[in-house]
Amino acid sequence: MAVKINPKRIRKDFPIFSRERKLAYLDNAATTQKPKCVIDAEKNFYGSTNANVHRGLYKISERATEMYEKAHEKTAEFVGAGGMQEIIFTRNATESLNVVAGSIGKTLKAGDEVVLTLMEHHSNIVPWQQLQRKGVKLRYVGFGKDGKLDYNEFEQCIGKNTKVVSFVHASNVLGSINDAKKICKIAHENGAIAVVDGAQSVPHMEVDVKKMDCDFLAFSAHKMLGPMGIGILYGKEEALLKMEPFLYGGDMIKSVGKFEASWNTLPWKFEAGTPNVAGAIGFSAAIGYLENIGMQNVRKHEEEITEYALRKLSEIGGLEIYGSRNAQDRLGVISFNVEGLHPHDVAALLDEEGIAIRAGHACAQPLLAQLGVNAVCRASFYVYNTKEEVDRLCKAIGKCKSILM
Amino acid sequence: MQSYWEMQEHFDVIPMDRQAYVEEVMDHYKNPRGKGKLEHADFCAKDENPLCGDEISICAKVKAGKLQEIKFDGHGCAICIASSSMLMEKATGMKMEKALKIKREDVLSNFGEISPVRTKCALLSLKVLKLGICSFLGKKAPLE
Repeated sequence: MAVKINPKRIRKDFPIFSRERKLAYLDNAATTQKPKCVIDAEKNFYGSTNANVHRGLYKISERATEMYEKAHEKTAEFVGAGGMQEIIFTRNATESLNVVAGSIGKTLKAGDEVVLTLMEHHSNIVPWQQLQRKGVKLRYVGFGKDGKLDYNEFEQCIGKNTKVVSFVHASNVLGSINDAKKICKIAHENGAIAVVDGAQSVPHMEVDVKKMDCDFLAFSAHKMLGPMGIGILYGKEEALLKMEPFLYGGDMIKSVGKFEASWNTLPWKFEAGTPNVAGAIGFSAAIGYLENIGMQNVRKHEEEITEYALRKLSEIGGLEIYGSRNAQDRLGVISFNVEGLHPHDVAALLDEEGIAIRAGHACAQPLLAQLGVNAVCRASFYVYNTKEEVDRLCKAIGKCKSILM
Repeated sequence: MQSYWEMQEHFDVIPMDRQAYVEEVMDHYKNPRGKGKLEHADFCAKDENPLCGDEISICAKVKAGKLQEIKFDGHGCAICIASSSMLMEKATGMKMEKALKIKREDVLSNFGEISPVRTKCALLSLKVLKLGICSFLGKKAPLE
């Protein structure tokens, strides 16, 4: 059973909100704010345990290594992975997807196909586009006015040449939550690998890689209260064992000769060079913070606030909301346009009221092209957002109209 | 010892952009001058702002080294459209060489205080005009 959370109490844990008292931060799909425990964890590492990992034979290095590996374990538990060997730390979700596309890409041949959806963030399009040079073909599954993927189209797009199906779990524009389990199943039935972009879903709902049965899951720490500079790639152990490394250098090797090298064990085979240890420890603290709240409760809170926002926003004349009107189908991400107003102007004028939203193409130009727009306004919520902030947003949009129209 | 947060200056949300939306700017935005298609143009140029997807194209007819007639088209925010409109007024009849010398500051001064992100919106049309003139004259386009 989900428990009601108190965003006003949660706000007290975030130093930025005691500084920026007027701030209604509604750009959580871009990045989230950080609680004090995360800031402290990162700061304390540098102040007390700073040393390189997997190298030093002295106490602080051993301690740093232990903490760094613990962060992998904690992440593995959080998404239901088999263990630390299945969790690779990268810089961000984009890099995680590049690791998959780059490494799997080495094995793809001309005529092989990669299936994507029209809902993808650029980070799950551009790395795959690069494989076209090898003759790999990209195919796209579309979505309807209700923001739902056309699942029948998957059956049509996926065939014997399909090697990879890579798709977004939850859209950063429409908020739509896709049926990842179903898509992974279709992919596997056709002998393809299933790659899930969980950058928006993992921070906001319970995600279990075993239940979903994906081969890869990419997400980002900074979108879930963690530090910037830490991305995560979950990979099934058997898939990672078969895969070639993506980046080469120190720490990812077992031994190096003049003309050849052999690879380290998992996950280190995919973590070349000195990693972001402090970031990983900060991320560990963020997971702890979210676990204390409970992911079910996070989801419940956001569903409530999204339902409220959908209702309030649709009362504004000339405002069009993209995607589903049902809060249960979507995350707390709402993209909209106000007739006659450019999103950039809306965002700039909202900023004056202390309201931070995103305006632009949200790194999803093919999606926006499908919607037939060049830019959108986007408000996105998290655990510290309140209904009062939604009211402020709606009032400020009214003000924008009076200034610009 | 002061905490990290105590060391930081208190910073409030600064109403920076608001000053950009003055009456004159809003007038150009709502009634843009020189907006539309230009038939039989001697040159056309186009560019976009990757951040927001704003897109401006400018076409011109040239006579004796001067921009005899000039029009812009496209879509963008109030700052982008207003600045394009102002540029059309300013550059019509102007020698191309002189138009190439229009400075960023000349454009930005129309907007009072403007945030760094929005300067790109304000400067898009100037960039496009210079691109067009340079390609027409066979010159290397300025970097920004």
